[in-house]
Amino acid sequence: MATQQTQVLARGLLTPAVALLLVWMIVPLAMTIYFSLLHYNLLDPGSEAFVGLENFRYFLTDPAFLASLQNTLVLVGSVLAITIVLGVPLALLLDQPVLGRSIVRLMVIAPFFVMPTVSALVWKNLLLHPVSGLLAWLSTLVGITPIDWFNDAPMTAIIMIVAWQWLPFATLILLTALQSQDEEQKEAAEMDGASALSTFLYLTLPHLARPITVVILIETIFLLTVFAEIFVTTGGGPGLQTTNIAFLIYSQALIQYDVGSASAGGLVAVVIANIIAFFLVRVVGRNLEA
Amino acid sequence: MGQITLQGVHKSFGQLDIIKDANLDIEDGSFVVFVGPSGCGKTTLLRLIAGLEDVTGGRILIDGQNVVNVPPAKRGLSMVFQSYALYPHMSVRGNIAFGLKMAGLPRAEIDRKVAAAAATLNLTPYLDRKPRELSGGQRQRVAIGRAIVREPKAFLFDEPLSNLDAALRVQMRMEVTRLQKQLATTAVYVTHDQVEAMTMADRIVVLNAGRVEQYGSPLELYEQPANLFVAGFIGSPKMNFVSGPPADQLGAATIGIRPEHLRIAQEGEGWPGTVSVAEHLGSDTFLYVDGGALGLLTVRGIGEIHLKSGDRVWLSPDPARLHRFDKDGMAIRH
Ligand SMILES: Nc1ncnc2c1ncn2[C@@H]1O[C@H](COP(=O)(O)OP(=O)(O)OP(=O)(O)O)[C@@H](O)[C@H]1O
Ligand SMILES: [Mg+2]
Repeated sequence: MATQQTQVLARGLLTPAVALLLVWMIVPLAMTIYFSLLHYNLLDPGSEAFVGLENFRYFLTDPAFLASLQNTLVLVGSVLAITIVLGVPLALLLDQPVLGRSIVRLMVIAPFFVMPTVSALVWKNLLLHPVSGLLAWLSTLVGITPIDWFNDAPMTAIIMIVAWQWLPFATLILLTALQSQDEEQKEAAEMDGASALSTFLYLTLPHLARPITVVILIETIFLLTVFAEIFVTTGGGPGLQTTNIAFLIYSQALIQYDVGSASAGGLVAVVIANIIAFFLVRVVGRNLEA
Repeated sequence: MGQITLQGVHKSFGQLDIIKDANLDIEDGSFVVFVGPSGCGKTTLLRLIAGLEDVTGGRILIDGQNVVNVPPAKRGLSMVFQSYALYPHMSVRGNIAFGLKMAGLPRAEIDRKVAAAAATLNLTPYLDRKPRELSGGQRQRVAIGRAIVREPKAFLFDEPLSNLDAALRVQMRMEVTRLQKQLATTAVYVTHDQVEAMTMADRIVVLNAGRVEQYGSPLELYEQPANLFVAGFIGSPKMNFVSGPPADQLGAATIGIRPEHLRIAQEGEGWPGTVSVAEHLGSDTFLYVDGGALGLLTVRGIGEIHLKSGDRVWLSPDPARLHRFDKDGMAIRH
């Protein structure tokens, strides 16, 4: 954008898109804010009344809120940790010149294209099922009592499913980054007497700092709103053990038919997402500069 | 010590023979330059010596020890890459110190050596900068610093100056030569710039299509090229080649005469021709003369020569400076 003219032109061309985006965001947001200030229950039609911040007080003081906030953080944190800790070595492996590499790559990427609902069903019925699941069969083979994942370790099970879905994404981004790493730098390190481990620690890992940041930021956005996997497998239970904020809002709105409280919850979720984004950008966003 | 010997080294990538039977003896402390046209295998040969590529056959000896199965780091050589290959996330200090750190030297010794190398290369003010905050010439010096700090048996340079502008290239050329003489460390230097080759080298290796065409001092190559390829490659402007009756008279298939050894003669003496282009540089005059059956001849005259396009001239070759080649292109020695 060197000249005045190109700047004006650029703004002019951007305006329709920006305006559309603005309407797209503002209208639902305004409606949510409006509903959040009303007493509005679908079981009690015609009784809508302005109640101020009552819905927020109700949502925030609900014991389920703190539990689901904690569950959300555990879920996001664990999945991030798993996808990066496993994604880096996986990307390193896929970067090696092995026979049939392109097919292996395709297979590794595949889970990302499976719909969350479908993958949750596959995990629930084919892999983790205490009677007919693959893991149950394997444990009986070695003589261990099968674990009833969704009752005994529901959060772990959800984390496994979500991590399985997001691992390919992390791997793919990291793999692309690895392929852009300068070959001569690695050779220079080799001549400098660096072992494979030192080359990884001193050259590859710093090179991956930026893509890892990208993975963290993008995954966080999506992981805060995980829903289908929970809905299909545990339904938020047992108790509140796998209820995250997204699922809590859903249960307010459609199980308890309380639109006002659910709207308030939605706004709370927006605020939480912003707080997390703020800290994330503070902590890891530095890597994105220059 | 840094004596490098290549014995029958060859290298193929799949079906392609890139290096065919290279035999060389690089003396300790000498500055050897590989020159040749693009794609002739200069980089490949250097990487074979470095150990970054495995040889397909033959032996590479460093100080008498066969190193073909020795990993690069253990060969005691250091390399300056064309792209410099600096570590982007480390400061200049980190870059220079990396090899020493990997070798497990004590901290104090590393600091001392890095400081010494930085002082030699005028890098002291930049030690805490990242490579991307340096100019091209400074990056170049960091790459050289990284090479010298390890006190290797030999330096390997792959076209280290090709990314610099002309003025800086001349300056760095002298700095590299001075540094090499001062350290008295063997250097193998790849370039396709024959001025670099002629000015820097103790000995030059002329490569062509994976073959060593000639190995000798710059003046040997200039005065006694072993074959047509070397004769045509070394020297600028290129040597003139003439075949036909003038060559037959001297018992050769082709004769070669350098532009600076053709004299503008009196009428009736030597070869007649017509000036097609005259370039007046002040210090020199280059004449491109249409010699009829002899083809286009280039003449280099010292100072200003008052001739212009279309003028008729007579060219007399210096008989002592004539090069004779047989029908296979090999030089015929007197
Ligand atoms: N890894 C490789 N696989 C296959 N062929 C290769 C490989 N590396 C180099 N070559 C081929 O070997 C030949 C010599 O390459 P090399 O890089 O040594 O040339 P060079 O003399 O350094 O040329 P330049 O002056 O352009 O750098 C080229 O024809 C190139 O295509
Ligand atoms: Mg090269």
